[in-house]
Amino acid sequence: MSAWTRASVWSAGLAAALVATVVVSAAIGPVRIPPAEVVKAVLNAVSVPAGVETTSAAVGTLRLPGVGPLTLPGVDLTYASPFAYPVDDVHAQIVVGVRLPRILMAALVGFALAAAGTVMQGFFRNPMADPSIIGVSSGAAVGAVAFIVFPTALSATVTLPLIGAVDVGLSYGAGVSLFAFVGALAAAFGVYAIATRHGRTPVATLLLAGVAVQTFLGAVISYLQLQAGESLRRIVAWLMGHLSGASWSEVAATAVVVPPLFLILLVYARDLNVLLLGEEEARGLGIAVERTKRVLLGASALITAAGVAFAGVIGFVGLIVPHMLRLVVGPDHRVLLPTAALAGGSFLVAADTVARAGSTELPVGIVTAAVGAPFFIYLLSNREVHEL
Amino acid sequence: MSADPTAEGIGDDASGEPGGDPADDSTVGSQSTDTDDPLIDVGGLTVSFGDVPVVSGVDLRVERGELVGLVGPNGAGKTTVLRAIKGTLAPDAGTVSLAGDRAADLSAREAGRRVASVPQETSLAFDFRVRHVVEMGRTPHLGRFDGHGAADDRAVQEAMDAAGVARFADRSITEVSGGERQRVLLARALAQGTPALLLDEPTASLDANHAVRTLELVRDLVDDGRGALAAIHDLDAAARYCDRIVVLANGGVHAAGPPDEVLTAGALRAAFDAEAFVGRNPATGTPAVTAFDAVGAGRDDTDPRRLHVVGTGRSGSRVVARLAAAGHRLSVGVVSEGDATAETARDADAAAVTAPAFAPVDAETCEAAVRLAREADATVAVGEGTRRDAGERTDPNAAVLAAADRLVEVDADVDAADLLDAVRGLDDPDRPRDA
Repeated sequence: MSAWTRASVWSAGLAAALVATVVVSAAIGPVRIPPAEVVKAVLNAVSVPAGVETTSAAVGTLRLPGVGPLTLPGVDLTYASPFAYPVDDVHAQIVVGVRLPRILMAALVGFALAAAGTVMQGFFRNPMADPSIIGVSSGAAVGAVAFIVFPTALSATVTLPLIGAVDVGLSYGAGVSLFAFVGALAAAFGVYAIATRHGRTPVATLLLAGVAVQTFLGAVISYLQLQAGESLRRIVAWLMGHLSGASWSEVAATAVVVPPLFLILLVYARDLNVLLLGEEEARGLGIAVERTKRVLLGASALITAAGVAFAGVIGFVGLIVPHMLRLVVGPDHRVLLPTAALAGGSFLVAADTVARAGSTELPVGIVTAAVGAPFFIYLLSNREVHEL
Repeated sequence: MSADPTAEGIGDDASGEPGGDPADDSTVGSQSTDTDDPLIDVGGLTVSFGDVPVVSGVDLRVERGELVGLVGPNGAGKTTVLRAIKGTLAPDAGTVSLAGDRAADLSAREAGRRVASVPQETSLAFDFRVRHVVEMGRTPHLGRFDGHGAADDRAVQEAMDAAGVARFADRSITEVSGGERQRVLLARALAQGTPALLLDEPTASLDANHAVRTLELVRDLVDDGRGALAAIHDLDAAARYCDRIVVLANGGVHAAGPPDEVLTAGALRAAFDAEAFVGRNPATGTPAVTAFDAVGAGRDDTDPRRLHVVGTGRSGSRVVARLAAAGHRLSVGVVSEGDATAETARDADAAAVTAPAFAPVDAETCEAAVRLAREADATVAVGEGTRRDAGERTDPNAAVLAAADRLVEVDADVDAADLLDAVRGLDDPDRPRDA
């Protein structure tokens, strides 16, 4: 079986598992809803373009020489909901309006973190690597915490040409996410710039630069927490990772960013395999090493930033999920990358379900760390890590 | 869960690839480039690490059908030269051309189609299967969205068969032995299907059988029109398999040419700072190098002596070889034709007076040996049978020993250090004359 065939088979299975996890998760909560009703509610919410119809309101007039003026009719897409199952309206609102955006956000974030973790472990040839190793999470935290501490300072009125004065006021949640995203990328780029000399970025230097920058940013976060005053509670909640309050618009924004970046990583999966041989050998085998490293680093940093921007620092997903899948499907990144990403999605959905199922909601970061740390200790005492 | 090389479901065949170029069809033993430019041409190569120059002004070229051995002491820059050719090291000066084009102007992919390299070791941390590692050799032939085609599978299978790794193709690379891993790396380079091969100590961790098989395989590939450059420590193997040998020493090319011309005691002494005797391998007829611990090194051993050796068999041969390696000018006789000492004397370029075996030695022959003994600074008598007082009437060498100006008598199993000390102590009247 070729690698891509194996990848397809495994991915199909794990995608099915992810869908099942999502359905089960949507059924769980203060209001118990049978999984069958969840599926029906979701299907009812699906609408597909059903046809094109012209409206009477003209949108313009076309004048051609020799011909009289032609009126261009307006065009509307009509949508139809192909399904109309009888579902309790309250239940439908709970599933589609409340639970589903949060669950899908968990799936996307887990997908992104596991994919980035897989790439980082291969890239650094180091089983301890995770998505935050090049400072992405620390940078995101600094951005988010800075916005939480000084929210008003970051809204402004900007005068744009042609349009005039525009109030650039961010909604609170969007502001945190945007600043986390920018902070993540700034930190990753800073680490990369520190480690790069004469166009070459030695992996070991990159690792150490990441550690140094993370330590420094940790100091900045601690200082900001001291200055936080009343907003300290929100800072702590963000730092622990959370998925509560995810909205459909946030899901949409993440869904636009994550899949294309994942496809870039997947296209470079074979190059990543060859990079595992060492950079000199990879070059001898026709890999443009530095360019490939830049692509992998850039895409990983972006996909991680997209994940942590909304959800905060969620640890261990990017560390343990790749390890688990490597034990199952082997080290070939053409198979490992898609399977780990899908499993990461399932894992975080399940962890978040646990986090919100209790009487008091926990930050999901606590759940992933509580599950992840024992598993990592198990790895340490077993062959996987000892042989490396 | 391994890829089956004969799997039908692999999808795209090389023939169906729109962008397929001739190189995609190359397999073990065929070529992709057909110009007359040397496969590898290095000119004036200078590389320094920081302020420390490693090599300077190195010139070497590898033509089609040529196996070039790169020999030299540790730290002479063999691996540095190979790395510069691979393009993983930017030279401070000089050029590297691959099949006529400057390597610096080639994309990594194009360079990967022209030269493949077999490293000494690989640092593969994750447990890929052997077959997968060999498949990675096809990387420069695959576009970003190509799967492995039938031509790729054929090349991988041929490479694994040739390198003898097909038997454990489905084992993990982390589980096979060091020697097996080295053959996997050879298979990977073969799967790359390039006209030129770089080998860094290809036999370093191989057993005797596989070392020979590897070099025979490289020799066959070269005879089929490829070219290869091999950094190699085993001088006998280099002499046996290489068309030309380049000796790197002190940061430059010390000598270059056919093994017979390059592998001489003098060249080895200068390049390796070692005392070596270059004989003939009786099985292959190629130069066979025996290096000795340089016991004279560091002592006042600047003037080589002119010595005459009387001895026979293995003990005589051994003394001649050691004295020759130490730089002394030798003559030998009288010995029987075909005696081991006579053979060694010929390899050492020593004047040898020989007589037919099992026949009386005529006076003329005897006189020639006596003349050589008189010319010499001293005569070395090896073993009991050649002592001055033994069988004076029957042994023709009695006359030779009698004619000796000064006589050094050594035992048949004399220790090398004692032998050299005895020769060195000739001018010291207080030193005993025998060891």
